[in-house]
Amino acid sequence: MLNMFEVIETNNMIEHERLDVRTITMGISLLDCCDSDLNVVNQKIYEKIVRYAQNLVATGEEIARDFGVPIVNKRISVTPIALVGGCACKNPEDFVTIARTLDRAAHEVGVNFVGGYSALVSKGMTAADENLIRSIPQALACTERVCSSVNVGSTRTGLNMDAVRLMGGIVRETAEATREQDSLGCAKLVVFCNAPDDNPFMAGAFHGVTEADAIINVGVSGPGVVKVALEKARGENFEVLCETIKKTAFKITRVGQLVAQEASRRLGVPFGIIDLSLAPTPAIGDSVAEILEEIGLERVGAPGTTAALAMLNDQVKKGGVMASSYVGGLSGAFIPVSEDQGMIDAVTEGALTLEKLEAMTCVCSVGLDMIAIPGDTSPETIAGIIADEAAIGMINQKTTAVRVIPVIGKKVGDTVEFGGLLGYAPVMPVNSYSCEKFVNRGGRIPAPIHSFKN
Amino acid sequence: MDKVIITVVGKDTVGIIAKVCTYLSEKNVNVLDISQTIVQEFFNMMMIVDINQAQVSFEEIYTRLEQLGEEIGVKIHCQREEIFTKMHRI
Repeated sequence: MLNMFEVIETNNMIEHERLDVRTITMGISLLDCCDSDLNVVNQKIYEKIVRYAQNLVATGEEIARDFGVPIVNKRISVTPIALVGGCACKNPEDFVTIARTLDRAAHEVGVNFVGGYSALVSKGMTAADENLIRSIPQALACTERVCSSVNVGSTRTGLNMDAVRLMGGIVRETAEATREQDSLGCAKLVVFCNAPDDNPFMAGAFHGVTEADAIINVGVSGPGVVKVALEKARGENFEVLCETIKKTAFKITRVGQLVAQEASRRLGVPFGIIDLSLAPTPAIGDSVAEILEEIGLERVGAPGTTAALAMLNDQVKKGGVMASSYVGGLSGAFIPVSEDQGMIDAVTEGALTLEKLEAMTCVCSVGLDMIAIPGDTSPETIAGIIADEAAIGMINQKTTAVRVIPVIGKKVGDTVEFGGLLGYAPVMPVNSYSCEKFVNRGGRIPAPIHSFKN
Repeated sequence: MDKVIITVVGKDTVGIIAKVCTYLSEKNVNVLDISQTIVQEFFNMMMIVDINQAQVSFEEIYTRLEQLGEEIGVKIHCQREEIFTKMHRI
């Protein structure tokens, strides 16, 4: 039978160490909403989302109450809209009507984000893909809860450099379209390499075409729990350190597994995966950076940071994998700057640079995330940043992503406030040398040699 | 069996267990196990109860015990057992 110390330990994690389930994300296939009439497509999309997800928020709240564990977000991911709207949408404005429909459906069912305003163009772009991509700035400016992502490369296909170049411009245009809100639109736009089909985390979630009609994916969290556990292992060697992280990750993930199974049962929708990511928030004590500092770094960004992060990421997976029947999504430690107080402090003090962040993304999920850069950064430079990050993903057979925010009207040293879970960020300097000629070559970077495994 | 864990944390006063148990018995909730300790001058109590034959829903027990906690000046939580067994048992 349970003993009291186990019960106290669990409740301490919840009450004092910010253990929570970060998101229950319902993936919904919209492939059966395709039609040549745009009005019909919009109507079908709205009806299907509302029909499937009408009880999602209430069920999430019920589960949170039954087990006493907070479930922070209830969200929806849908089939990449470039595929769903391709038949009906003849120009970018047509796609924007679908973005509005998604936003309306999200408000109706009460979820805070809907992901999947997406295009998968790792090898080439169809006319529909290009129209959707060109509609992103307007779509994100005129909606509140819609999130967008574009997959521009993969280990199997190489990098679509035409799409990379296009996205450099789209990120900049999105920043300009939402300049009144400190370019907030860019916080809802992710450029991927090797994007997973079952990611529950925003802004990059979409419901892949390999998925079932509907599915429940759950993202767990708990950087604070790992940090407190490591405080008890101060001065111990790496063996003890790793064991501590693994055990803690196991416990955190089990909560996610329980919530996922319950949500699946109560909603009558199959369970997909648990995403094992350590997802920080701007709250004190909920920071991946603080874990790295607890491991022994004076500040994140110091030499040793990449090694510490690699170890942390690997141990979280090793502990988490056994706790869940299916693991997927991004599954790794997130290192967003604006959403992590320790990262913000490190940037402000000059300990952490964009280049070091790029190195860190080689060993963890998921990429250059929530980084504010000067508003006058050129589209070509943004494309260069995307290309570098995508190359890391392609060569290392992992997911990488770029979510940078060129904040229009702001320069290095200024601070940007995004609010809520998105936090705030100091504007970081970007290398000012040009990559224009490289980016403008056009075409594709071929798939790496190790992708030919057949 | 429909097991629920009730935890009480707060400043120790006379009659905490009595008040909780009186309510549970009124609603036909069976107490399976009870333990208590003082951690850092705080009263900690854990009860494992079975609400299978209870006259009211989990939701009502949860809400009423939370209110009762406020009246006594302690925190009372009601959670389904699985959150603990999943986390601490393989």
